[in-house]
Amino acid sequence: MIETRRKFLKKFISTTVYLSTLTSGVFYSISAKATWPSAYFRENSYRKTLKELFGDQKLIETSDIQLKLPKIAENGAVVPIIITSKLENTQSITILADKNPVPLIAQFNFADTAIAYVSARIKMAETSNVVVIAKAGDNYYFKKRKVKVTIGGCGG
Amino acid sequence: MSSIKIRIKLLENDITQVRALIAHPMETGYKKDEKGNKIPAHYIQELTVKHNDKVISNSIMGSGISRNPYFAFKFKGGKSGDKITISWVDNLGFTASEEKQIK
Repeated sequence: MIETRRKFLKKFISTTVYLSTLTSGVFYSISAKATWPSAYFRENSYRKTLKELFGDQKLIETSDIQLKLPKIAENGAVVPIIITSKLENTQSITILADKNPVPLIAQFNFADTAIAYVSARIKMAETSNVVVIAKAGDNYYFKKRKVKVTIGGCGG
Repeated sequence: MSSIKIRIKLLENDITQVRALIAHPMETGYKKDEKGNKIPAHYIQELTVKHNDKVISNSIMGSGISRNPYFAFKFKGGKSGDKITISWVDNLGFTASEEKQIK
């Protein structure tokens, strides 16, 4: 099923929430409670989580994703992150920490009037890479940054 | 008292910044209390930001988001008097929603 993004957004404005599975562009129609894709958020290796999320999609490294992250996080329970994607038509931004027990942290989808920008605070279990993946048009881009964690934040 | 605090700022170039601070434990389910019992997982799974009735961003998340989550978003076309709505749903089925007008 191929739909334009506008149609897609119109749909998700209606009470039913539609979430795209990034891999295929297939849309699931699900009630709020059932939408949340538990498979993506289970304890898993980073590699397997990436595979679940993006299948065999090629991820292209880019400097057009701007990351603001501390080099050293004293407290892994609260690591501030600011992401701006300069890629045209950025539809979503996904944040992962490659050594967290659950590597996927969050995925933000953007409507056409939204700026591809998000600021948040994330947890990091230990020193690892924060990987940010942006979907722009039909392509997937990533940028990663190593963050040194002094006290792990997975308990917190 | 709502669990969501919203701050809105009109920036240059027709851009509006929305910041939200949400009171939520964001428990991973790994942590134990003093008696050694596991504290059950309790975290926000979905967050929606609306400008009037249009969805600006909708997101899914796990317990990797910090306790008392902070988020900031930006969008175009916000005007004084417009309504911003932020809502969340957590893994236990609790929800909250908060509205604020752009000044």
